[in-house]
Amino acid sequence: MAFDKMELRDIEVWDGNFAAAQALRQAQVDVVAAYPITPSTPIVEGYAKFKSDNYVEGEFVMVESEHAAMSGCIGAAAAGGRVATATSSQGFALMVETLYQAAGMRLPIVLNVVNRALAAPLNVNGDHSDMYLGRDSGWIQFDAYCPQEAYDLNFIAFKVSEDHDVRIPAVVNQDGFMTSHTAQGVHTLTDDDAYGFVGTYKPMNDMLDFEHPVTHGVQTEEDWHFEHKARQHNDMMTIVPGKIEEAFAAFEKLTGRKYNKVECYDMDDADVAVVCMGTSVETAREVAKEMREEGIKAGVVGIRVLRPFPFFEIAKALKDVKAVAALDRSAPGGAAGMLFNEIAGSLFNTDSKMLLSGYIYGLGGRDLTKAHLVDLYKELQANADAGKVLTKQQQFIGVRGPKLAYL
Amino acid sequence: MLEIRWHSRAGQGAVTGAKGLADVISTTGKHVQAFAFYGSAKRGAAMTAYNRVDDKVIMNHEKYMEPDYVFVIDPALVFTSDVTINAKESTKYIITTHLSTEELQKAQPKLEGKEVYTVDCIKIAQETIGRAIPNTPMLGAFMRVSEMYDIEFFKENMKRILAKLPQKIVDANMIAIQRAYDEVK
Repeated sequence: MAFDKMELRDIEVWDGNFAAAQALRQAQVDVVAAYPITPSTPIVEGYAKFKSDNYVEGEFVMVESEHAAMSGCIGAAAAGGRVATATSSQGFALMVETLYQAAGMRLPIVLNVVNRALAAPLNVNGDHSDMYLGRDSGWIQFDAYCPQEAYDLNFIAFKVSEDHDVRIPAVVNQDGFMTSHTAQGVHTLTDDDAYGFVGTYKPMNDMLDFEHPVTHGVQTEEDWHFEHKARQHNDMMTIVPGKIEEAFAAFEKLTGRKYNKVECYDMDDADVAVVCMGTSVETAREVAKEMREEGIKAGVVGIRVLRPFPFFEIAKALKDVKAVAALDRSAPGGAAGMLFNEIAGSLFNTDSKMLLSGYIYGLGGRDLTKAHLVDLYKELQANADAGKVLTKQQQFIGVRGPKLAYL
Repeated sequence: MLEIRWHSRAGQGAVTGAKGLADVISTTGKHVQAFAFYGSAKRGAAMTAYNRVDDKVIMNHEKYMEPDYVFVIDPALVFTSDVTINAKESTKYIITTHLSTEELQKAQPKLEGKEVYTVDCIKIAQETIGRAIPNTPMLGAFMRVSEMYDIEFFKENMKRILAKLPQKIVDANMIAIQRAYDEVK
């Protein structure tokens, strides 16, 4: 069955959800099994519309839950198709059991996670609680800061995930509402260029290849389980980083848009830096420029690839910085924030004398304003001037009530 | 940077209006952003939508905004929510109401001394489109007040954006945009 191509303008005004839906269309995804949840619903709704309008040749499977959605994706990926879906928050939480299955079975699936808070209390707005919940699930994890990147990173995710040396599923994160429902100019690829970049799906160990029967989802007890997990981790640590770099390079060649596992902005001579994810990276970039006009050498480091964690790239980016803030948009639940810990781990055992402080911010969609970031950079500069962290190591930005500070 | 805040009720088309405006502006080479606060808003709940326009890529994702323009597309919101919040001295207001500007400022003293324009987008929408969807007329009024683009250029672009709607509805929207352009005071 032939499908129609879509004429796109060079720049379309799309929100992050529609940008991701267009990417699923242009990648000609074979199967989307999905269950709707705010704020990710328009991604799978968009794919379904494209399919019903004959812009894509594939199957849309309506299921009864997110657990079933990912189970359907696992079945379709094992059968030998290009597979994707989307979810958020509670739906992601329900999907977690199957996320480990998908990763452990080495099935290339692309999951768009439109990041949203986790209940209770119930909240539909953007924070990174769901991203953090899945961080050890064995998936490759990309992070988009704006609709353009939600579009681009989907193509890159298919390319890396489906590589026969990788075969590990990939998440593309974008901020709920702040990216997913924010329309901005998106530079488009033509259908041919987009599909050409991702390439025709090449199955491996597919169940529908009856000439070569295979078993998926086996049981291994103490005799083999550890070797499976260890070797999969080995591939994440040794093979995947290079494949991501290759995909970034190929994408830059095609579009001129350059991605890096760790994005550095104004970092060459920075004394103080903020490390964060999502839309906050872009807001911080704007504030860093303004701080420089006031004489504070401010920079921003954005995490583009959360898994495999870019340990050495982080160490390199921050080695000469005097004071760093790790911004975590997820309730820490009785610990330092995840980025605080990862950054501390990356810089420990190095010569860096970086002063690190952690901040929890933006839970449940609470606004991170430019004014917050101005105050933050000033606090970091004070730490740098004093040569020590003058505050507690864990603070909160933008929360009402008595000041909260720990550690 | 040009910044606009819309006050609307969920279902009145503020998001579509904000995205439509962003789309038109984007065709002229400027950078745009259009977003909204929904929460789990139900149809009829008060909500706000936002536009940012700039000559360079818009990096700022904060929700906080000191708008250059405030659009109010539901007449009651002037009284039930604070449409002047975070406004500047120079902020211009375009407000849907059956009242004259003077009557409105008397009824809502917060608007006294501000640059306020009034137009009855609800009535215009009802009489042209046949439904109280005041978003496109508001954009017609904005074209008049801001003199951003020639109204014909704007209507041509809106035709493209609304193209998936039945022709009759598209035509009605064009009349609504022109009427609001002509009637805003």
